[in-house]
Amino acid sequence: MAKTIQEINDKIRAGRAVVVTAEEILAVVKDKGVKKAAAQVDVVTTGTFAPMCSSGAYFNLGHTKPRMKLGGGRVTLNDVPAYAGFAAVDIFMGATAIPDDDPRNKVFPGAFPYGGGHVIEDLVAGEEVRLTATAYGTDCYPRKALDTLIRLADMNEAVLFNMRNAYQNYNVAVNLSDRVLYTYMGVLQPRMRNANYCTAGQLSPLLNDPLYRTIGVGTRIFLGGGVGYVVSQGTQHNPGVRRTDRGLPMGGSATLAVTGDLKQMSPRWLRGASFTGYGVTLAVGLGIPIPILDEEMLYYVSVSDADIVGPVVDYSEAYPNGKAEILAHVTVAELKSGEIVVNGKKVATAGLSSYARAREVAQILKDWISAGNFLLSEALEPLPGPESGYVFKPLAERPAIQTLTEGYSNVASVK
Amino acid sequence: MQKKVVLNFPPHLIDQPITYRLIKDFGLVVNILRARISPREWGRMVVELAEDGGRWQDAMDFLADTGVEVEPLAREVLRHEERCIHCTACVSPCPTKALDVPDRQTMTVVFDRERCIACELCLKVCPYQAMEILFE
Repeated sequence: MAKTIQEINDKIRAGRAVVVTAEEILAVVKDKGVKKAAAQVDVVTTGTFAPMCSSGAYFNLGHTKPRMKLGGGRVTLNDVPAYAGFAAVDIFMGATAIPDDDPRNKVFPGAFPYGGGHVIEDLVAGEEVRLTATAYGTDCYPRKALDTLIRLADMNEAVLFNMRNAYQNYNVAVNLSDRVLYTYMGVLQPRMRNANYCTAGQLSPLLNDPLYRTIGVGTRIFLGGGVGYVVSQGTQHNPGVRRTDRGLPMGGSATLAVTGDLKQMSPRWLRGASFTGYGVTLAVGLGIPIPILDEEMLYYVSVSDADIVGPVVDYSEAYPNGKAEILAHVTVAELKSGEIVVNGKKVATAGLSSYARAREVAQILKDWISAGNFLLSEALEPLPGPESGYVFKPLAERPAIQTLTEGYSNVASVK
Repeated sequence: MQKKVVLNFPPHLIDQPITYRLIKDFGLVVNILRARISPREWGRMVVELAEDGGRWQDAMDFLADTGVEVEPLAREVLRHEERCIHCTACVSPCPTKALDVPDRQTMTVVFDRERCIACELCLKVCPYQAMEILFE
């Protein structure tokens, strides 16, 4: 018996919708089977909470008197540079931005104690941050310098806009070399002494809708503790990868670009993170409700950690050099047990994505929907799917110096 | 009696074989977990002491008389619960399972102070500065 999103929303409004988390649904399916469960359950909620580097926020700061054009000038929040290549007082703070005077990796490995991710967390926590700016001055925007404290509440718009979040599946990182590696996948001990993974597994939003039947442009979501929306597929979206029988990608695949009002969000769900030797990023809490339109959707959300396989990749050689070498495939169930076996060797595992917090996101979203405070939205456009031909390409370099030389020779020939 | 403690040595004790006395005179089992001793500075040593038939109280009195300050290790290791997001990144590097995930259903990280040896391996792997060790 198929349901429409409209019918599910009517039940949510009436307080009659049956909502369970992507973890709870496993017991329901085990107990009742897919057919009965599909008839009974209306919505399954998912969640994830993990570092997501391609995150950031834009702000409208309000105009100073006399006016000042930050566009083309230099702007910092708590010494962290923001991008100002817009109109007079719009700026963008990226998660990985760091102060100009941070020593970076000059003394390796760098600590990266504070950056863009922390600025966003501090603002969301209601803290005052220091805004400094310099500008070149124009007839209409004469002011050239600014140094003031500012809070989120002082700003006009403050919007989280993440160009790539919620990666559908991800690498399991190991280190085959003889030295310690400091990576965005954490600290990797030599000779494969540990393996780090980053997925919410059975709770992960896109692994519960593996072929993007319901998640698409305009999908209303939990974002950073507030309500947000899917903008489109995220950058590096790569739906054409190899899949399991269940349609689950066997490595990094779909991604989402998402947005939401930062003023609604909470520092519990937007956390600055410092990766030793790598840099700063932002841990983002994100959850998506999956409408159970039919038995097929129920089957998809019944995915368990044992069904999900991730590729084990060497971060000393294969990853940095962009080689598509996979040492093994392991299941999320194995990763979560604390130990995997790769090439006959037992390797201790650790996560970067918080499963404990992913459960909490799914539970909060479930509570919102059960209370009638959150309605499901119909996707306006689907995401490019496995058959779309949409691919994630590497950069084909054309050395600029050669182009320059050609340019000069062209000029010469014109003369 | 078995306990992990931090021994703080005043600079003038640098030429005194304190550890030797603990073992030889008082019969304690001393396991040195980490130490920093340098001339003209306060020395700091993290040790696991076990009575094991030795004379615990006499040893403690000896340390007090000599001027060695004894602090429980627990005071040196701070876990900022509110900063921890339970990502589990600290669990595989921790050599003593002081940081562990006992329940693999909820995947919540639990810190067992008694097991901690203040090795500091967790400091560099925690992206959220949830662990802090005051041992300088």
